[in-house]
Amino acid sequence: MATFNLKINGEKHQVDVDPSTPTLWVLRDHLNLLGTKFGCGIAQCGACTIHLDGVAIRSCMTPISVVENGAITTIEGLSKEGDHPVQKAWLEHDVPQCGYCQAGQMMSAAALLKNTPNPTDSDIDDAMSGNICRCGTYVRIKQAIKTASKL
Amino acid sequence: MTQIKTQFNRRSFLKVSAAAGGGMLIGFSWLAGCTPGKKPEEMVAVPNEWFDINGYIKIGDTGLVTIYSPNPEIGQNIKTSMPMIVAEELDVDWKNVVVEQAPLNTGLYQNQFAGGSLSIRLSWNALRMAGATGKRMLLEAAAKEWNLKVSDLVASKGIIKEKNGERTVGYGEIAGKAVGIEVPEEVDLKELKDFELIGTSVKNVEGKNIVTGKPLFGIDYQREGMQLAMIQHPPSFGMKVKSFNEEEIKSMAGVKDAFIIDTTIKEPTWSDVNAFPQLIAIVGDTTWQLMQAKKALKADWEVVGELENSDMHAKRLEQALVNGEVEEARNDGNVAAAFKKAAKVIERTYSSPFMAHNTMEPMNFFANVTADAAVLVGPTQTPEALEGSVAKLLGMPLEKVTVNMTRMGGGFGRRLYVHFGLEAAAISKKIGGPVKLLYTREDDMSQGTYRPIYKSTYKAGLDENNDLIAFSVKGAGLPGGPVFPNRFPAGAVENYKAEKIKANTNISTGAWRAPRSHFTAGAEQAFLDEVAELAGKDPIDFRLELFDRALKDPVGEKYEYEAERYAGVLKLVKEKSNWGEKKPGVFRGVAAYFCHFSYVAEVIDMVMENGKPVVQKVWCAADCGIVVNPDAAKNMIQGGVVDGIGHAMYSQLTFENGAPNQLNFDQYQLMRHSQAPKDIEVFFVENEIAPTGLGEPGLPPASGALANALYKATGKRHYHQPFSSNEPIVG
Repeated sequence: MATFNLKINGEKHQVDVDPSTPTLWVLRDHLNLLGTKFGCGIAQCGACTIHLDGVAIRSCMTPISVVENGAITTIEGLSKEGDHPVQKAWLEHDVPQCGYCQAGQMMSAAALLKNTPNPTDSDIDDAMSGNICRCGTYVRIKQAIKTASKL
Repeated sequence: MTQIKTQFNRRSFLKVSAAAGGGMLIGFSWLAGCTPGKKPEEMVAVPNEWFDINGYIKIGDTGLVTIYSPNPEIGQNIKTSMPMIVAEELDVDWKNVVVEQAPLNTGLYQNQFAGGSLSIRLSWNALRMAGATGKRMLLEAAAKEWNLKVSDLVASKGIIKEKNGERTVGYGEIAGKAVGIEVPEEVDLKELKDFELIGTSVKNVEGKNIVTGKPLFGIDYQREGMQLAMIQHPPSFGMKVKSFNEEEIKSMAGVKDAFIIDTTIKEPTWSDVNAFPQLIAIVGDTTWQLMQAKKALKADWEVVGELENSDMHAKRLEQALVNGEVEEARNDGNVAAAFKKAAKVIERTYSSPFMAHNTMEPMNFFANVTADAAVLVGPTQTPEALEGSVAKLLGMPLEKVTVNMTRMGGGFGRRLYVHFGLEAAAISKKIGGPVKLLYTREDDMSQGTYRPIYKSTYKAGLDENNDLIAFSVKGAGLPGGPVFPNRFPAGAVENYKAEKIKANTNISTGAWRAPRSHFTAGAEQAFLDEVAELAGKDPIDFRLELFDRALKDPVGEKYEYEAERYAGVLKLVKEKSNWGEKKPGVFRGVAAYFCHFSYVAEVIDMVMENGKPVVQKVWCAADCGIVVNPDAAKNMIQGGVVDGIGHAMYSQLTFENGAPNQLNFDQYQLMRHSQAPKDIEVFFVENEIAPTGLGEPGLPPASGALANALYKATGKRHYHQPFSSNEPIVG
């Protein structure tokens, strides 16, 4: 066990956990931030995607010891009012079916748009192919990313 | 106006009463519940008092209306579309509607399950009646108040007006006066042409909650004092747990308890499928500590059955096609004689492997079992079945067991089976407190109720005029055959034979989105493409000829489809896709299928990019009767297409020594963004037929259209799934 000082969605948190604990489980089990989802545990599905200093990472494979000095953003902190361009575009296109993977999809999309404000189809494929949607909302996600890029 | 008797559904209709604790309930839903995509300030105020109109409707004194969605939500969007149907008949403004998940209550609601694409189809009348009854009772209350007849009044968007006067009253103001009014014996339903909400695209009521990461799913459920649990099942089908290093596990950090549970129940039903009733359970504080404890498990597994492997499965299917037990058959005319007479004969064999459901949210459930009650909360497609099985497991009367539904991170049939709920109940009982069980992805993928492995042989005979005179299909599956003897082309071919053959396996299997249809459609539609080619006919025209025969001069006593509607979707997709138009570098495949009472035809446009086939566009035409929520309905079809193409192209589960070789998404391939169709356009046949389901019917034709487009693009026919593999498991 060790104490970690974290900065998540602009707020400071302190947790006492095993240093190997993946950030995902610190968020979910210790900090009650449940928007970040568990899908595979091996960084293959993207449901757990969060931002570390603005970069999309898979929180299920990132030990808490690695993120201590960075700024973490989760879906809960993507915007205060739920009005990040990606969130607005997701609603406009009514993207979700079950909705479980969408937090991870949106975090990957937000990170993509930050660095590539006008992504091509191939930019989108490259940035998003680590995020599986089992319901098959891929076409709408791509449309929503393009809409978000214009907002 | 259509009149409908309220009798058969009468249990749903209580007399209007003041809702107990209603204010509290809405206070909660205001923050976390589903508002139909509107900002709170655009809606009427939060009510002080609520009135239960019936099991589906609660009206607040400000005119805010709560509509309960009775069925489990797995992503098919019924939490929006079912309340839409109630709101339509109630005649209330959708922006003043709040949607709540109804509890499981067999007294108030019927068919509270998500399966067979049946939610809307089975509840269409009940939902309309609930809305219409509510409206009628409010009208009666206003009529009484004003000393008029109901026929002197009209209601629209939550306001009742006097036809020959100035007076108006809102539903919220009159709801209290409806207390004591008798439930009408008969109510008027709207004419279809008067629908204002049904047929318009309404946004998902949970949209805002989903995009802001609200805790909606079973995995997010929490209760004070709740512990966490994980299970470990034997590594192979055909194994059973004997013992494990209990003391060592219990001594690990964060582990509270570890033990073996037994979830065997008497008189199991179809939803109790479970290969591993005995499991190791570990209880503790945090998920990560439990995952560590799972890794440290050293268990003694006992072999109690055959340890099967994929070669064995392939041989069993081959054998079954030769001399397996026929479960169901159809035989029209004389197939053998017709094949002898035929000028051309073609025979092809198709196969597909076992597949896992792989819902993105792994199996989980919350349970709190005490001496005299059991409360379960979580993602289940069959809450009523779970309630029954928990009662059996605990030896508790049914009324002591409560099952509440959460939103589900996907279902696809996996959560029709209830064993993970039983496991949570067994663990809770053992520790004497509330617990949430969570599977890892590996637990989930290796303890499936898998889509069965299939193999079918199709044979067709053409006469000298290239007319189809003989058709036979023989299909085997572990455990059930993928043949629907009375579906197309039954009724359309003079000499027709279909045999559905079963064979054994101890791998647990179950319903997987569009059971059997998912494989049958692909095989049959790919085969028909080849038959059409042999006949020198256009694949759509060839099918239309067959539907024409089934319509005008059907063969045999019955068949299970409406030839006109089947042909209708093909004609619509032909028109919309400009079928027949030659586009350089674009290769097209077509398929159509009928299942779950709906008809879907699809055309796939494929292009070659860097020597690889890419799906550029998919055109879909669907006939599901009245479309309740068109954009959401399109989303369902789009998802079905991706699911169908993705699994046919990439997915398989293989076995060695009774254990699946694929345990996670690094080994089990699912379709990803870069592999998805670039565009999927969906069109609906417009008619006035009562709505049927859409959760499944979009999927089956996709694999057929894919195989046919692949042939055009590559010159190679694909018979064995997954198409991307050079060495399919079943050849």
